[in-house]
Parts: sequence; C-alpha cells; structure tokens
Amino acid sequence: MCDICGCANATGHVHVAGAILHTESGKQVEVLQAMLRDNDHQAAHNRAHFDGAGVLVVNMMSSPGAGKTSLLEATIRALRGRMRIAVIEGDLETENDARRIRGTGAQAVQITTGNACHLDAGMVHAALHTLVLRELDILFIENVGNLVCPASFDLGQHKNVVLLSVTEGDDKPEKYPVMFRAADLLGITKTDLTEAVGDFQTLRALRHFRHLANPSPMLELSARNGDGMAAWLGWLAAERGRLRPAHAQHAHD
Amino acid sequence: MHELSICEAILRQVSAVAQTERAARVIRITLRIGPLAGVEPDLLRAAFPLVAAGTCCADVRLEIETAAVRVACRLCGAVSQALPNRLLCGACGSWRVALLEGDEMRIESVELPERIMEHV
Repeated sequence: MCDICGCANATGHVHVAGAILHTESGKQVEVLQAMLRDNDHQAAHNRAHFDGAGVLVVNMMSSPGAGKTSLLEATIRALRGRMRIAVIEGDLETENDARRIRGTGAQAVQITTGNACHLDAGMVHAALHTLVLRELDILFIENVGNLVCPASFDLGQHKNVVLLSVTEGDDKPEKYPVMFRAADLLGITKTDLTEAVGDFQTLRALRHFRHLANPSPMLELSARNGDGMAAWLGWLAAERGRLRPAHAQHAHD
Repeated sequence: MHELSICEAILRQVSAVAQTERAARVIRITLRIGPLAGVEPDLLRAAFPLVAAGTCCADVRLEIETAAVRVACRLCGAVSQALPNRLLCGACGSWRVALLEGDEMRIESVELPERIMEHV
C-alpha cells in the first residue's frame, strides 16, 4: 500500500508536486495543494498586519441568534477606557449589527456578503482599510451566523471563539464537529435562560466538546445578567497579553 | 453552501497548472477530502460543473478520495480509527488525542492530455 495516499496500488506513484506520470489517456501531474491555498495565503497576510499592529483578533462564530452581538456589546461596555476595540460585522444583509456596536461607541465595519454564508480572508482584508489597526487592542470579527461554512475559512485571526446558546441544545458539538473542533474557547451563552429551557446540560455539552479532542476552555456566559463576564474578560486580557509586542514589519512596508 | 467558493478555488488552482503545462483542457481532477474537512463531496460534485462551464475544466472527471479519521493517543500512544464526532482513543478511550488524518482538503493531481498546444 502507498504510505502517502493510502491507496492500494503502490506502483506508478510519485508524490512530489509537479511530478508527471504518463498514463494511457494523458499525463498525470501531481498538484498537492490545499484547496483553499489562496485564502490561506490571504489569511497569513492578514495575520502579518495584525501582528505588526499588535492587535488581538478574535473570530466569533455561532449559529444565528446565539448572542454574538449581545456579548460584544457587553464586552465593549465593560472594557471601555481599558481596551480599544473595533468590530468587523459579517451578515448576508443589513447594517443592524454594526449599528448596535456603534451604539456602544466602538468602531464597526459592516461586511454584507449577499448570499455568501461565510467570511473569507479577502473580505476581511478589504474591511481592514477602514480601520487603523495600530490604534486598537482587540479586533473582533463577528462571522456570519452559521455552524458549518465559516469553520473552513482562515481569516488570519489569532483565536476562534464559538458560542452555543442554551436554547440550541447541548448536542451541537456532536452535530457540528468541524466548527467546534476549531474553537479556542467555547462560550455557553444565555445561561440566564437555562432554567426556562430545562433540558440543557452544560456538562453534556462539555463532554461532546471534549469528544472532539478539543482541550480548549469552556465558559458559561450571560450578557444579560453578567454571569461569567469576569472570566471572559480575563481570557481576552490574557490572550491580548500573549501577543508579541508590535515590532514586526508591516506587511505592506 | 461554501462548496461553491471551494469549487472556484479549485478551478483557479487547476487552471494555473493547466496553463503551466500548456494544456487546453483537463481530463481529470483528483481531490482528497477527509470527513473533518467540512466539505461535502456530493455538493462539490454538484457545484463543480456550474463553476467550470466554459473553462478548461468543463468536461473534467472529478474524482474524490475520502480519508479515514485516525487519531494518535497522547496518553497511551495507540493509533486508532475514530468517528468524526468521537475523536477518542480506540485503546484507552481518552479524548487527549492528536488527529493524524481526516481533515484533508487537498488537490492531489490532475490528468492532462499528452499533446502539448503549439506555441503561437
């Protein structure tokens, strides 16, 4: 068996990009490229921008209505005067979320994706030109509400936060493994509704999450009554502190 | 349905290879997609002809290899197969495992006609 591709036929295999194998009907050219190579390149470029400016970039993902915008509003209000925050908002239509963020006094850039179900690195890059990254401590990217597509596209963020509200059910990590595997932090949101929902068990959600071999922390949060906010703000401050000082060359310099 | 975006990315990369090799058309594209890639092979198959219409990949044969999910246990060292939503060690049951295989999303190879286009 071929060790590289696992196929049963070991003969005639050359696993080197650009290698050519002559076949009966033509020639086979080994490509060996990631399907999203161009997006990955753009994401690396974005990350260089972020590192150069010393800004922590957090990609927020969840289903629609899990409470991303509410959590961001509460976060911005809590960190007012301590952290300079901006938000890139991704939605299919409307400026509603950007307007809510601006209501807190923070800068918000709305990307309307039309029919696209996710943000990609190019869309984020285009939005960056309206922000002065060096004047920020944290940039949140609020991705399109969707537990499937955004997981496949690197935006150049430092951390992925995936939110799961108690009204959605505790088996979401089991149903959407690709998304929850990508989480650097799992936030259980709307915990003020746990009692009304009745059958959401945080420990069951955590077990499904661990079954994806994900060792990341889980926080229980309520933007409404403030539960868990101290731990969330602490996590953000720690991640912000972990960034290297802004010394790297700016990507366009 | 992010498969459309992925089809566009595949088309861009394969067209570049065809151009480098001076091939007017592509006979076959072989992809490798693991169950944890977040890409649905059937949707990709359905979407690709729409994206490739009128290009060098218009009549391409799209072959999609799937990969097994394999994990290596950080505790006991065993290597085992796992389900996409139960990445547990097959020997000791621990979730402290590293994914060895199963999240691939790769263009493996393309098949092109042997005859090279004449220089103009």
